[in-house]
Amino acid sequence: MKAKVYVTLKKSVLDPQGKAVQQALSSMGFNEVKDVRMGKYIELDLGAIEKTQAEQKIKSMCEKLLANTVIEEFRYELN
Amino acid sequence: MKFGVVVFPGSNCDHDCYHVLKHVLGQETDFVWHKEREISKYDCIVVPGGFSYGDYLRTGAIARFSPVMESVQKHAEKGKLVIGICNGFQILTESGLLPGALLRNRSLKFICRNVNIRVENTDSPFTRKINKSAVLKIPIAHGEGNYYADEATLADLKKNDQILVRYCDEKGLTGDTANPNGSLESIAGICNKKRNVFGLMPHPERASERELGSVDGIGIFKSILEMN
Repeated sequence: MKAKVYVTLKKSVLDPQGKAVQQALSSMGFNEVKDVRMGKYIELDLGAIEKTQAEQKIKSMCEKLLANTVIEEFRYELN
Repeated sequence: MKFGVVVFPGSNCDHDCYHVLKHVLGQETDFVWHKEREISKYDCIVVPGGFSYGDYLRTGAIARFSPVMESVQKHAEKGKLVIGICNGFQILTESGLLPGALLRNRSLKFICRNVNIRVENTDSPFTRKINKSAVLKIPIAHGEGNYYADEATLADLKKNDQILVRYCDEKGLTGDTANPNGSLESIAGICNKKRNVFGLMPHPERASERELGSVDGIGIFKSILEMN
């Protein structure tokens, strides 16, 4: 079982990095880009594990370590 | 008083803190390796600055799971003192000992220079020997010092007088131009509700001897010792 975890700053938290990238894109002429939010992408190999169990574990990993839920939100895909 | 200065892989202000406590203030001070669990003999634990675990994932995120941090948590629950400076502040917020989080600086730049901070509250073991509204010249050196907390947390911090220091100009006025990193309400340091855990981004240990250009930081350590 493999997990793909995406961690991003919450909407309510200003993302200065995303803003800088958006401004750079805009200065290159990509004016259609209204907003950029940066985040982290994490791949985990969980070996042989059941999906429900994997889901539980990933959620716990995200809440405890992979994301800081004060400022970040996360989502994941399992396959 | 007995001080324990925690050392993580990547700490780099541990020796500065040790030097000030041991040699400038003459206190019994030990380094405490992050794998140590026995810290009961210390009255005050210092979580120093640096780049613990290379700042991987998030600043302080991995250090928070070091064996010693479990003991620091218990040490704080007993009402004993903990001070976290710079990366130490980041570790304390990650571990939940202090509320909020430290985000990337507004400018996205690592900022290393002297700043002024205003003492907002002297009812704490860390500021009791400093005059209220005193302006201290103390250096900062960080890329992630932009303090953030949600509205409810901020309201709580204010209600309980937990904001101990704010960034300001030389005259003690706060405002956008005197806020180096974009911190919410110019917050430079906060304590917990019980007032025995303090975290701040500026480095008082780098401003504790005349040779270093400022002795404004020593008041924080002297407050811990109840010295004038």
